[in-house]
Amino acid sequence: MISLLRKDLLILRRSRLLVGLLVVYPVAIALLIGFAISRSPSRPRVAIVDEAAPGETIKVGSQRVAVGEYARQLFSQVQSVPASTRAQAIAKVKSGAVIAAVVIPPGIAARLSSDVNQVQLEVLYNGDALEQSLARSTLESALAQANLGFSEQIQKAAGAAIGTLLSGGNLGTIGAPEDLIGLSQIPSTLGAIVKRQPRGRDRTELERIDAFAGFAAQNLSLARRVLSTISQPIRVEAVLLQGRRTPLNTFAVVVAASVSLMFVCVLLAAGGVALEREEHTLARLIRKSGGAGSAGGSLVSREALLAEKTLLAAGCAFAVAFAMLAGIGAFVALDWSRVGLWLLALAFGAVAFAALGVAIGALAREVRAASLLAFSSSLPLALLALVPAGSVSSGFYDAIGAVSFVFPFKAALQALDAAVNGASPAIGLALLHLAVLAAVFAALARVGLRSVE
Amino acid sequence: MTPVLSVSALAKHYGGRSTSARDALHDVSFQIERGELVAVVGPNGAGKTTLLSILAGVLAPSAGSVSASAGKVGWVPQSPALYSKLSVLENLQLFARLERVEEPHAVVAQMLEQTGLGARAHEPVGRLSGGNRQRMNVALGLIAQPPMLALDEPSVALDPDQRERLWELLAARAGAGTSVLFSTHNVSEAQRYADRVLVLADGRLLFDGAAPALLAQGGEREGGDLERALVRFLRERAGQAGA
Repeated sequence: MISLLRKDLLILRRSRLLVGLLVVYPVAIALLIGFAISRSPSRPRVAIVDEAAPGETIKVGSQRVAVGEYARQLFSQVQSVPASTRAQAIAKVKSGAVIAAVVIPPGIAARLSSDVNQVQLEVLYNGDALEQSLARSTLESALAQANLGFSEQIQKAAGAAIGTLLSGGNLGTIGAPEDLIGLSQIPSTLGAIVKRQPRGRDRTELERIDAFAGFAAQNLSLARRVLSTISQPIRVEAVLLQGRRTPLNTFAVVVAASVSLMFVCVLLAAGGVALEREEHTLARLIRKSGGAGSAGGSLVSREALLAEKTLLAAGCAFAVAFAMLAGIGAFVALDWSRVGLWLLALAFGAVAFAALGVAIGALAREVRAASLLAFSSSLPLALLALVPAGSVSSGFYDAIGAVSFVFPFKAALQALDAAVNGASPAIGLALLHLAVLAAVFAALARVGLRSVE
Repeated sequence: MTPVLSVSALAKHYGGRSTSARDALHDVSFQIERGELVAVVGPNGAGKTTLLSILAGVLAPSAGSVSASAGKVGWVPQSPALYSKLSVLENLQLFARLERVEEPHAVVAQMLEQTGLGARAHEPVGRLSGGNRQRMNVALGLIAQPPMLALDEPSVALDPDQRERLWELLAARAGAGTSVLFSTHNVSEAQRYADRVLVLADGRLLFDGAAPALLAQGGEREGGDLERALVRFLRERAGQAGA
């Protein structure tokens, strides 16, 4: 087996283009996938045309809310690109400088104050179906956030006005009397006056007014509390049931390393076995040298040949993936005290992927077919394993889960995530899963090598 | 004299019980003595490659037995089985190690000399001509110094000069005691170099004897055309089978 290993290393050393591709391509793919997962969507570039008059305000009771507050809220949700006119905004959308434009119409304060008309914003977008979908979804989210922020300002103003009505004081409105009595103060003040009144019709009327003032104060107080609740009716408190919370960037590192491990292993192992067939050397290696039915053994047993290819592919992939983890570790904070677990997860993952590779190589019979099969099956299956629960229908997710279960990527990802980030499920379970898959694929490879022709 | 190779009631069945199932070999028996040069001839699909693959231990027979009394059977497949990224020397060294040859350096040097590839020892096999690749292929079959060598159409990709050198090499090995069994479509090669000829057709061994005897059975005089005799022999046998 040592001779074969040395031979394969020599062949690899002479196949520089292949080795270069085997290292550079998966690393590039892995980094791209890693970045795609880890980078939160950046704020969309949106042109905003604010046609509202500067300093325009809406009056809420005694309070005033600046209309510019809405634009400010919207600016905070998007990467705003100034546009002074609607035509200029349309030009920016058409040129692709922005994904959409939002036009805040003039007279917005008057419409909001009219209590009749809902204000309508104009949203302009362009592009193909995908760009349209992106623009719509991102803008709907941004506008919803801006609406929420603006309504909070209005609710705060309304709350403040109700507070003044309840507690009394100065309304701040021109022409309004100063030092007004608050609604909540009326029952105690009026109660003292009523007690001094003789029994009769006037006292009865005053008692009715006193009762109303008490009732109104209670309900108005309730209304203020309801207003504050409406501004944010539900608060979210996230609780992680198992394991540690994995930061998105370290998870991306794990994904990138797993993808690299998978590609190098599967392609190298599949190509290695298929090459033996393509060069017609497989038969020379594993034939019974004393003739059929003889007691004499072969130069190399099928099992030893598969073990050698698995070892070679797993070793190379292990080195590439660990170098990648270590390299990225210089930029992303990884817990180096867990490096022993990293190595364990990488080793089990590498062996499982290599076993899959030798199975593909044994069944495909040609290097080109083996490489194509290895590549075309690995990438989509890896991407399927990354589909989060809830993003597709439950039936489809179950199907994805079943496919991912019989392919080593998800188990390798879970093992490495548990090793690097302490995420759940526990690493032991993932390692056991990988060991079982490695055994199954090795058995499949052995069946594939039953015939040497 | 103990035969180097004994083949008894050998059969090979392909395809299980399916409709495309066929018998590639049926009840084939023969023996080969030490130093004998034996040719296997027959039409396409006769079972020549299947027979040689079974003798080489690449295929398992469906029935019958093969006994190589002197140990290993060297094998030269029809398509050169070489690592094209490795040099001539590296290929020879690798298989010498795998075959656990006792003095690998001496044997490799001997193979380089016998194949005439000494000057190209460090050249990758992928850059060699078809003829030189075939010489390497033969060298790998001989590297373990086997007492018996099975060659599947060894001269098929060679020019006349290369063919001549190949037969000189094989004749020298036979002279040194190595038994050689080769399949060929070139009947004149069998006539010129083989001590004995085996005729296979439809997986059955129809003739086992010296070339002059086959000439006689094909209606040719001594020194006549063995190819013509073989064709006539096969037609007569086909006619008898049809009748």
